[in-house]
Amino acid sequence: MQIIKHDINIDFVGKRKIALILSGIVILLGLASLVVNGGPNYGIDFVGGTLVQVKFSTDTDAAKIKDGLASLDLGSVVVQRFGDEPNEFLIRVEGSTKESNLSALISGNLNQVYGEGTVDIRRVEMVGPLVGKDLREKGVLSLVYAMVGILIYISWRFELRFAIGAIVALLHDVLITLGAFSITGREIDLPIIAAFLAIIGYSLNDTIIVYDRIRENYGKHQKQGFNAVINHSINETLSRTILTSGTTLLVVVALFIFGGGVIHNFAFAMLVGILVGTYSSIFVASPVLIFWDDYRSRGQKKAAAEGGAR
Amino acid sequence: MSNSLKIRTGLVLGCLVLALVSLGPTLFGSDLPDWWRKAFDPIHLGLDLQGGMHLVLGVDADKAVESRLDAVVDQTEELLREKDIIFKRVDRSPGDRIVITVYDEEAGGKTDAMMADAFPNLEAMTLTADGGYIQKNYRLSDSEVAAIREYAVRQALETLRNRVDQFGVSEPTLQRQEGNRILIQLPGVKDPQRAIDLLGKTARLEFKMVMDNANPQDAVAGKLPPGGQLLYERRVDPRTGAASEIPLVVEDKTILTGDLLSDAQVRIDTRFNGSYVAIDFNAVGAKRFDQITAANVGKRMAIVLDDTVYSAPVIRERISGGSAQISGSFSEQEATDLAIILRAGSLPAPVEILENRTVGPSLGQDSINQGIISVLIGGLLVIVAMLVYYKWSGLVANLVLVLNVVLIMALLSIFGATLTLPGIAGIVLTIGMAVDANVLIFERIREEVRLGRTAKAALEAGFEKAKLTIIDANVTTLIAALVLFQFGTGPVKGFAVTLSVGIISSLFTAVIVSRLIFDLYLSRGKVDRLSI
Repeated sequence: MQIIKHDINIDFVGKRKIALILSGIVILLGLASLVVNGGPNYGIDFVGGTLVQVKFSTDTDAAKIKDGLASLDLGSVVVQRFGDEPNEFLIRVEGSTKESNLSALISGNLNQVYGEGTVDIRRVEMVGPLVGKDLREKGVLSLVYAMVGILIYISWRFELRFAIGAIVALLHDVLITLGAFSITGREIDLPIIAAFLAIIGYSLNDTIIVYDRIRENYGKHQKQGFNAVINHSINETLSRTILTSGTTLLVVVALFIFGGGVIHNFAFAMLVGILVGTYSSIFVASPVLIFWDDYRSRGQKKAAAEGGAR
Repeated sequence: MSNSLKIRTGLVLGCLVLALVSLGPTLFGSDLPDWWRKAFDPIHLGLDLQGGMHLVLGVDADKAVESRLDAVVDQTEELLREKDIIFKRVDRSPGDRIVITVYDEEAGGKTDAMMADAFPNLEAMTLTADGGYIQKNYRLSDSEVAAIREYAVRQALETLRNRVDQFGVSEPTLQRQEGNRILIQLPGVKDPQRAIDLLGKTARLEFKMVMDNANPQDAVAGKLPPGGQLLYERRVDPRTGAASEIPLVVEDKTILTGDLLSDAQVRIDTRFNGSYVAIDFNAVGAKRFDQITAANVGKRMAIVLDDTVYSAPVIRERISGGSAQISGSFSEQEATDLAIILRAGSLPAPVEILENRTVGPSLGQDSINQGIISVLIGGLLVIVAMLVYYKWSGLVANLVLVLNVVLIMALLSIFGATLTLPGIAGIVLTIGMAVDANVLIFERIREEVRLGRTAKAALEAGFEKAKLTIIDANVTTLIAALVLFQFGTGPVKGFAVTLSVGIISSLFTAVIVSRLIFDLYLSRGKVDRLSI
């Protein structure tokens, strides 16, 4: 069976300007949402606070839970449904509290409202502001380290311009995923950093396979010109790109649907990241090589012209 | 069959057998013979899967330095009196300094000599004149401060370990982390609140004399007698359970501390049907206790734990045996925990809970079930897709995929790694990506077949050309995974581990195992067409 005909020849490279505009719009949308929301919506892992996951033996709603907690005077409290469960909720208390037994207080109050023994505290996460700051810094650093490591490896295995193309594609993917989180109002917590790093790894995987083909074809068909070689290479690897993205998407969708609430946002990040990563390895990573090439040759011509005039 | 083929077959079969053997304890648990279970541990489940508590405590090491200086201040006052040096006062001032104020140069000189003799690790600092007095400043050297802080954290780790051991959790983890932090993991803990109470208490036990002539109500209003201190006694009404706090004025000076205890046990008081904690002093403590009780018969002595008065009994007679009891209004559970922390010793400095992640066992089980379901469904979808797309060759890819999951689990078990929920996500992701290596190879083979090569030649060329690409693509993902491993804590680290292990194992299965299967197939006779 074949989804993509082996002699397919789509002019991807010719559409690079349209792709550039499309990517630009999507990134700007995400950035606009980030600006409107006042930055990324960090979870308690990064800003500090307490998260309590409660399961009730009867169905209830967020407003009633909030009422039940009103007497505790906890300050900023957010109550959210956990996944699609009608009787399971996340209670998020922002900032640091002096109370080391916040979960006991919450459980006590809710037991009074809903009746003794009907409230099950399933998970408590408390992160102090100091730890939150540490994790935030480490998270950003890890993304930077990963990118630098990758830059070095690709420069060594390929050329610097390939490394730059790969990094541009990565930034593109991470920015769009970040924007998607902001637009859908999802929280960024520790596992999401892991998802970002996985996206980086995945997107690179895709990009490198195209690059590898470009390198191979460049030696063989140099006469056709750089742009044609790139387009040819993208088409040759298209079947593989679609198939691998397809299978990976299958498993991530399974994770998204069946993996449960704890892993839901993680799967969402991967879902967006894989879609965007596949797109970027075709429409971003390779065209960057062309833009870079154009820029360089223009620079050289200019230098040559100036040299001639002197 | 060629020699190389035999060797490779043996190697792969060996790996498979080793993997299955190492997974035995995980899959079949206690049904296996002893030697087997001893050789391989079952896969450790993370706290997010089996339920449990992950705590990070911060040791307030500054407090340890302060209390050391306080002790030096006390000792200095006594020494000055002993040596008949006239002084105005001795203080601890900000910046970890001790300031001794004296009236004249002569006393200043004597003080310097005395301090140099008694506390050689204190550094004398420049003098500042202040209204005719002479101030002598001393401070701890930086290395001394560092040593005190270091000792405080180490001692805290030791004490916490003692407490955890007596708390009764199987396989607890205690680790020192950077920045005076201590990581504690308590798998399957039943009562998280009790664990927090037990671990978070400084448990500084002090004995202080009650100032019976001072009026506690005046002290509450802010009028403290000199040398006095206002503390509260906690009382719980045994019938209603209502707690009340009663103010009490005690002497500032501590006459005895919990450091001198040798044992603490819970006892039941048969008369009142309540619990109390019986404590025994060591030899030094017993002697001191004997002297104190002898000198203060008829007075009240307050038993203070972390600045809360537990009880303040009247000393009826001299107590020479070195035993005493702490009674107060507490439940049997509270008495048990008090005995535990007294036995384990006090923390050298207060600790603060910086991070607490507790997952109940029911949520952990749900996560395991959901994880297994996603792995199965995701895996099944991929298997069907590969079969449809690549036919018989797809079957090879699927075989290799299953082997891959087995190998990942086996490696986790052999390295004693921990499987977490993000770790399961890592396995799911690896399933998707492991197929990629095979897809790359198969697409190459198809290209070669289209070029008119024979089955054998196409296979060889396909594998050779795809190999480098696969390695390049996987190494970059591995870089991301290793960075994640360095940075990650707990569950996230679990993701990095399964992702790294998954990458390595899928390199092995795709490049070596699926090649082997194809070679074995070709070696059986002449094959004209590949089913791909």
